[in-house]
Amino acid sequence: MIANYGYKDGSGEYYISIDTDKCTSCTAGRACLTACPKEMFEIITDDYDDEVAAVKQSFRRTLAFDCTGCKPAGGYTSLPCSTACTPGAIKHSW
Amino acid sequence: MTAGEKKEYWRWQENCWIDESKNWRDAKIITAGIDVGSVSSQAVICVDGELYGFNSMRTGNNSPDSATNAINGVLEKSGMKLENVTYVIGTGYGRVNVPFAHKAITEIACHARGANYMGGNTIRTILDMGGQDCKAIHCDEKGKVTNFLMNDKCAAGTGRGMEVIADLMQIPIAELGPRSFDVDEEPEAVSSTCVVFAKSEALGLLKAGYSKNKVIAAYCQAMAERVVSLIERIGVENDFFITGGIAKNPGVVKRIEKLLGTKAAETKYDSQIAGALGAALFGYTLMQKQGASAKAA
Repeated sequence: MIANYGYKDGSGEYYISIDTDKCTSCTAGRACLTACPKEMFEIITDDYDDEVAAVKQSFRRTLAFDCTGCKPAGGYTSLPCSTACTPGAIKHSW
Repeated sequence: MTAGEKKEYWRWQENCWIDESKNWRDAKIITAGIDVGSVSSQAVICVDGELYGFNSMRTGNNSPDSATNAINGVLEKSGMKLENVTYVIGTGYGRVNVPFAHKAITEIACHARGANYMGGNTIRTILDMGGQDCKAIHCDEKGKVTNFLMNDKCAAGTGRGMEVIADLMQIPIAELGPRSFDVDEEPEAVSSTCVVFAKSEALGLLKAGYSKNKVIAAYCQAMAERVVSLIERIGVENDFFITGGIAKNPGVVKRIEKLLGTKAAETKYDSQIAGALGAALFGYTLMQKQGASAKAA
């Protein structure tokens, strides 16, 4: 399942998509949990009883601001969450 | 209505129904789904995995009471008691506050499952236009979610937004859709993506000489454009199905169909019950699995 967390508002679209099929058999040791400086990720049991990564509820409406520090303007050349997730499950839409 | 009493143009029809052709006393497994949404609450009862009855009403000022009122409506109509219900699943914003629920499941999974029942197993793309959010869901032939996204950051493009416009225009909400077609030419959509600004813009259009119908058409078009941009992120695969209260508004539905170039699948069921129906069906599957496990043991 592709789970898209985020929103669209007047300024643009801000979604973090997580491919939970890649998550269930994580080969990166749940690296997303520690890679994100804001600790935005958590492991949940989804509706189909799979243990998968998700963006915490408290960040889902503020991604544009919360992720700013990890974008090129913040000095990063690649996103820490996407880089740490070696199975390639995490993607940003912006 | 007494003199001075304000008419509630936004108020939509609450609905309670049971299938008189079925006798719940003959059922082996009775399950219920309770969808406590931000604007409306639904209770659905399924007997042996088939829809038996439902109650759809406005959400009150707290989730436990709304859940209780919703289930009580359909229980009273059927002569059933809560003890007769084997398993209850809560869904929607208030899913963790359903006092008599055994389990909570997100409305995303429940809408997909409900749409699969209501529209058939060929449904692949679902647009749920809820009271205060909007969800685009892709599912497989079993109604299992394969892709989803939602937008709950603002109320534009939702049922609540339509209620605001009904009040502003002083036209009953059920008449907005048909009236939006009663225009000489299709107007430009209102530009605002925020319902508060859209209301201001609608007022401005009225002052500029737009008829009420033309303003409604502009708002319906804006709502359609907004949700289409959302659903296009996950892609539209036929069959396409719309759930939620806005599915009853042809002014929005026809415009969405035109923008997407595809027709929404029709159903004989009330589009607002999809979430609660899906929850009740999840309950039935769980009970079947438990029964199978018990037999195997």
